[in-house]
Amino acid sequence: MKMLRRPFFWIIALVVAAFVVSPLIGNDVQLRESLALAAVYITLASNLNLMLGYAGYINFGSIVFFGLGGYICVWLVDSNHWPLAASLLAAGIGVSALSLVFGFGILRLRGPFFALSTIGIVEGVQAFVENFKPWGGSSGIYISPEVFKPLGGPGPALWLIYFLFVAVMAASLYLSYGIKISKFGLGLLAIGQNEDAAAILGVPTPRYKALCYSASAFLPAIAGGLYFFKGAFIQPSDAFDLTLSTEAIVICMLGGQGTVTGVALGAYLYEELRGYLLISSTFSNFQLVIAGALLLVIVLFFPSGLMGFVYSRFPRLQKVLE
Amino acid sequence: MFGIIASIIDGVLVGLVYGLAAMGLTLIWGVMDVINLTHGTMIVAGMMALYLLSSALGVSPYFTLPPILIGGFFVGIGLYWIAVHRMMGRPPLMSLLSTFSVNLVLVGLGTAVWGTALFNVDVSLPGLTIERYTFPGAHILAAALAAVIAGLLYLFLHYTRLGKALRAVANNREAAELVGIPTTRLLAIAVGCGVALAGVSGMLIGTLFPFTILSGDGYQLKSFVVTVLGGFGNPVGALMGGVALGLLEGAVTPFVPVSWTLVIEFVLFVLVLIAFPGGVFARRGAL
Amino acid sequence: MSTLLELDRVSRRFGGLLAVNNLSFVIREGEILGLIGPNGAGKSTLFNLINGVFAPNAGRIVFAGADITGERPFLVARHGIARTHQIVQPLTNMTVLDNCTVGACFGRENLPLHRATAAARAAAAMVGLDDRLGVLALNLTIAGKKRLELARALAAQPKLLLLDEVLAGLNPTEIAHMIAVIRRIRDSGVTILIIEHLMQAIMSLSDRIVVLNYGEKLAEGAPAEVARDPQVIEAYLGDPKLAAELENNNGHGSSAHG
Repeated sequence: MKMLRRPFFWIIALVVAAFVVSPLIGNDVQLRESLALAAVYITLASNLNLMLGYAGYINFGSIVFFGLGGYICVWLVDSNHWPLAASLLAAGIGVSALSLVFGFGILRLRGPFFALSTIGIVEGVQAFVENFKPWGGSSGIYISPEVFKPLGGPGPALWLIYFLFVAVMAASLYLSYGIKISKFGLGLLAIGQNEDAAAILGVPTPRYKALCYSASAFLPAIAGGLYFFKGAFIQPSDAFDLTLSTEAIVICMLGGQGTVTGVALGAYLYEELRGYLLISSTFSNFQLVIAGALLLVIVLFFPSGLMGFVYSRFPRLQKVLE
Repeated sequence: MFGIIASIIDGVLVGLVYGLAAMGLTLIWGVMDVINLTHGTMIVAGMMALYLLSSALGVSPYFTLPPILIGGFFVGIGLYWIAVHRMMGRPPLMSLLSTFSVNLVLVGLGTAVWGTALFNVDVSLPGLTIERYTFPGAHILAAALAAVIAGLLYLFLHYTRLGKALRAVANNREAAELVGIPTTRLLAIAVGCGVALAGVSGMLIGTLFPFTILSGDGYQLKSFVVTVLGGFGNPVGALMGGVALGLLEGAVTPFVPVSWTLVIEFVLFVLVLIAFPGGVFARRGAL
Repeated sequence: MSTLLELDRVSRRFGGLLAVNNLSFVIREGEILGLIGPNGAGKSTLFNLINGVFAPNAGRIVFAGADITGERPFLVARHGIARTHQIVQPLTNMTVLDNCTVGACFGRENLPLHRATAAARAAAAMVGLDDRLGVLALNLTIAGKKRLELARALAAQPKLLLLDEVLAGLNPTEIAHMIAVIRRIRDSGVTILIIEHLMQAIMSLSDRIVVLNYGEKLAEGAPAEVARDPQVIEAYLGDPKLAAELENNNGHGSSAHG
């Protein structure tokens, strides 16, 4: 694989290794939990970046992948007693397949209209799930603690789940990197620059957009499955809360949409900021206000985000980082 | 049988107000290709202004209309300068993100101050009773006011210098500038008008239904549906689209639980857009 | 020479305007066909019809034996038709090399990435952009952007190249350079349909000329014949400068294609 020869491949590997190793040192559960959250953010933002940064389509409702994945996984584990691994995989495949179908439809809409329809999809799916009795309707599903037994009990289970989070994060980073250096990625970038010109150049735009949308659903769905399995509870208002997808957008823009490094960096910075805000009593209510203000400043003054700024000062870095 | 017709007629009355809201959205879109994602929140702002002015200051509900109209106008001008001005000339997705971010800030502030409290403004007006059905007076008055304001907007756009200048800018911004029209000022005015319309329609909706800070999303979606039915950039179409939506709602709501109405409207939104990418009656570049 | 592209009674209207009206002509393999006509005659619309940006309301378009009428642009590109735009459409935040690589990847050859990069370099070299491969498209001059537009279309190894006013906005040196490039392209086996307002250039480049007026074919033939055609001269009389240029070509006798 030519990716192996590129330094960036190993940079990602290093970051992943840091995620794996650091909480193990001294059995630091608090660090583990905060890194787990960072991993979720990085997963969501990297996959969102495929649509936003590469193809130039804003998906306001990326939470729907996370939430639906969560529901499928939790339901399979709880009501059907599937093992975790199979449930996660089913969640990923199921949500991707659904997205492919939906994608062909809504991706016929151009930029802003597509963006609006993604919000509607979340609200539609939420309304559906709230009325869907097999999934607990608006009360949701509780998982019995029994499910943690095959994983060795709650303690070890949490560690396993953490490593799975890191694996999903790693997969997301490698996926967005791999796509970026592939022919598929080149086509997506062309679509993002000028969709009409790309089509005239021969880029099969409908197929590529739908594939991108579907690909951007797979890993977030698995992450959702892990997240809600871990919490042992899922309900519509949590599963389809637009806050998380909004934060993913802020992270992408903050770090530099279209870059792989930027997204990871942005996720880390945002999580730090958020952590600080949540602790401070003045700001805890203002989480979205801060996110919104941050996004506004970025869009107005730094549209290429952090990495855009860095690459403009140090262009040679772009050869090494993505 | 008459029940359904009554429901439909009532829907049309409310639909006129939706049409007015959509006019605000479509005006901004038509003039500068910007989709204002603060639209729903501006509607809620109008509702809150109605509530605060009438309950706190004891102003009679319908007399809040002029201050809300004027206040909304200036808020819109502010919105232009903060979020839209720098986005002119950039890809349209950027203006989407900038208005989206302002919306986040506003909703965040709103929920921080008022939470998810439910507000209700009491408007007692004699209704119109035909057979066994009463059409609430508030609905009739709201529809009438919406129609009047829409009419005034039409007169403004077609019979005043400023209005014609707006239409010129909508049609071809470069050409308008070459002819000496101060386009930046007009873009700001367009946003001002758009937000004013959103605020006033919010005030009118506030006289009809209870609301929370988060109600904006639902009405924003309705505005989008109406705009799509009536054509982006087409105010007259927006009014007709509003009537059509009201008609649809009136016909459907007796049979369907309320939580599904929005879902149905969303599906309609997507399907219509797929079939008619510019809206059903789209006239691009024309107001 | 076999027929490469055939337009058979193609029409397209936009609302009340009949932009292209019952147009028929043929392009033979290996030739340069010039398309001229007053502004608004429907030339760019014709390109959009061939390209698949619009579908004709009537008529057929056949390319290398295959009916491509109304096919979507990316499918038309696969058949082997590439075009440049009157108003350049670069992929702004991508480098010259990446722009051309897109052309090579998704054009007729549908190359994998590593081979596409090589084809892209070759195309860039042909137009003289190989010294600027790493430059972002938005940082090129207008002449550079025009060359990029051409290189990108070439990278796809098309059988038919549609050039839409590729000389507009260039100074005489740049024009001379472009004309030489266009000749080289034809010599390499690519058929060319060219829209141009620079009379001298298009008359000297083209093997044959088709004249459009109000969406209809006004005249067709060798440059010399067309320049002498009274209907063509009358159509251009509204523009005395153009008529004078046509007269000039008459007087000198059109030079044969290069």
